[in-house]
Amino acid sequence: MKKVYVNEDWCLGCHLCEFTCAAANSGAPDMIKAFAGGKKPVARIQIEEGDKINFAVQCRHCDAHPCVKGCIAGALSVQDGVIVCDEEKCVGCYTCVLSCPYGAIVIDEAGHKIRKCDLCTRNSHGEPACVKACPNNAIVFEER
Amino acid sequence: MAINYMNPLFEVVRNYDRCIKCRVCERQCANEVHHYDPDLDKMVADETNCVDCQRCVTLCPTRALKIKKNENEFRENGNWSQQVMDEVYKQAGSGGVLLSAMGNPREYPVYWDKILLNASQVTNPPIDPLREPMETKTFLGKKDQEIHYDENGKAEFKHNPYLELDVPVMFSAMSFGSISKNAHESLARAAQELGTYYNTGEGGLHKDFYKYGPNTICQVASGRFGVFKEYLDTGAAIEIKMGQGAKPGIGGHLPGMKINEEISRTRMIPKGTDAISPAPHHDIYSIEDLRQLVLSLKEATDWKKPVIVKIAAVHNVAAIASGIARSGADIIAIDGYRGGTGAAPTRIRDNVGIPIELALASVDQRLRDEGIRNNVSIVVGGSIRSSADVVKAVALGADAVYIATAALLSMGCHLCRSCNTGKCNWGIATQRADLVKRLNPDIAYKRLVNLVHAWDHEIKEMMGGMGINSLESLRGNRLMLRGIGLNQKELDILGIMHAGE
Repeated sequence: MKKVYVNEDWCLGCHLCEFTCAAANSGAPDMIKAFAGGKKPVARIQIEEGDKINFAVQCRHCDAHPCVKGCIAGALSVQDGVIVCDEEKCVGCYTCVLSCPYGAIVIDEAGHKIRKCDLCTRNSHGEPACVKACPNNAIVFEER
Repeated sequence: MAINYMNPLFEVVRNYDRCIKCRVCERQCANEVHHYDPDLDKMVADETNCVDCQRCVTLCPTRALKIKKNENEFRENGNWSQQVMDEVYKQAGSGGVLLSAMGNPREYPVYWDKILLNASQVTNPPIDPLREPMETKTFLGKKDQEIHYDENGKAEFKHNPYLELDVPVMFSAMSFGSISKNAHESLARAAQELGTYYNTGEGGLHKDFYKYGPNTICQVASGRFGVFKEYLDTGAAIEIKMGQGAKPGIGGHLPGMKINEEISRTRMIPKGTDAISPAPHHDIYSIEDLRQLVLSLKEATDWKKPVIVKIAAVHNVAAIASGIARSGADIIAIDGYRGGTGAAPTRIRDNVGIPIELALASVDQRLRDEGIRNNVSIVVGGSIRSSADVVKAVALGADAVYIATAALLSMGCHLCRSCNTGKCNWGIATQRADLVKRLNPDIAYKRLVNLVHAWDHEIKEMMGGMGINSLESLRGNRLMLRGIGLNQKELDILGIMHAGE
């Protein structure tokens, strides 16, 4: 299954993947509207910055998926290999946030639900928006 | 406090309706122009150090930025332009020589744009390159003057060393030190895929690139940086750099602070020492000395590699070329006054040298007149900007062209002309690791391949339009060219007629 992989050799820490992800999942038709009026939509990919190395962290859709196993409301499930969150069911207990070893699950703007990468399978993009946004090929979408 | 006479050259224009404060501009500007002000909750710009590299404009996800010329206008003056005045202010402040990068940007005539091409109609039908075979392959080197036959009547060919090009475009010399390792890697991989060659420049060859040896031209410049036996044996050809179009008659200087570990090892000089390339080569003071160097290099490589001699286009370029053709060299490379550079004194770059179009025409004509045109191949560079320029160059007599500025543009360069600061935001003319990362060779090499492939197609279309199906038939074919808006003297030097004749 194709997944998103990050190559820290090329990540510039420009944060374009973060902003594109936030806009793509915000429901707004374009980036300007997504951030208009001081709104700050949450991104499901986070850049870790260091002195000489940067890379992006998002859900690996791993086989172990402790998040799904720990979800008390049954909101997280695996569909066609992609781990998705049903926001109607999420109660905001943050068990998944604690159990993810990569810290890939984030809390939404209001603090009541969680957000995570779903490979853009549930928005209008079809293919992961972060991959297209990266200006330096640091994020790729491929089979490994 | 002294008065600061230097106005910022550019203004950063931000459309605040589009700006989403993502701070990409702030993170990607090595000149620290943009920053986020948390009190005002907006992005602000200090344009003092802006060089108009267009990095922020290109990366802005909402296209909120524009860079414009600073509209602060001095009183209009037809003789003392604002730029000329600024240069005087700069020198009054620094007391130093003005330095600039890339090629001559002044408003001199561009002869490529005053030459028109022929097309066939009716009497000599054009050829469709998509349906019929077209040859843009070319060979650079000495051509045999006669054919000898052995006692069985079979032709005997003396195998002079040559370079085989699938397309008549090569990447010109840009040293490791003036450009980054990633830029070199992109050029090497593109040359390999295209079946052409790239040039190491005077900085030697990095160990990691020995595997691209068959597509490498190893340059021997006046500083002899990185020159040793293995270096010469690895490449496909050796180029002796006598001069460079951007700065004819003077040498080069790479400041010590740019000589890091890798550059020190590749150039074979101590870390932190200035890399000075003298003018002239201190063992070449006459044409006989040049012949001696050509023959020594051939001897050192078992006569297996063609030797190129690169000269700048100056007033007596035809006589120099004639001397080189008789010296034993296989290829002459001529660099016109529009050629680029990492750093050169501004006055030399803008005022010294002649246009490549005129140099090429006069060299080709002189060699033909002396009956020695087949002794050498001619390669030209110094502002070849498109496939049309390539076709015109070949028609004027060139065997192939060298491109460098066009190659850098493919890799992201926006000709901001601040290479000498070492803060290239596109990762090309810098050694800072955080900036060099921005040039991903996987992306850049493909763009170079795309450019040359596109030009190859266009060359075939133009040749087909002329009714020619092979580059051989285009070379030196001045009847395919006509001048427009040129005076009789220019037409005579170029050896072409005026449009309408």
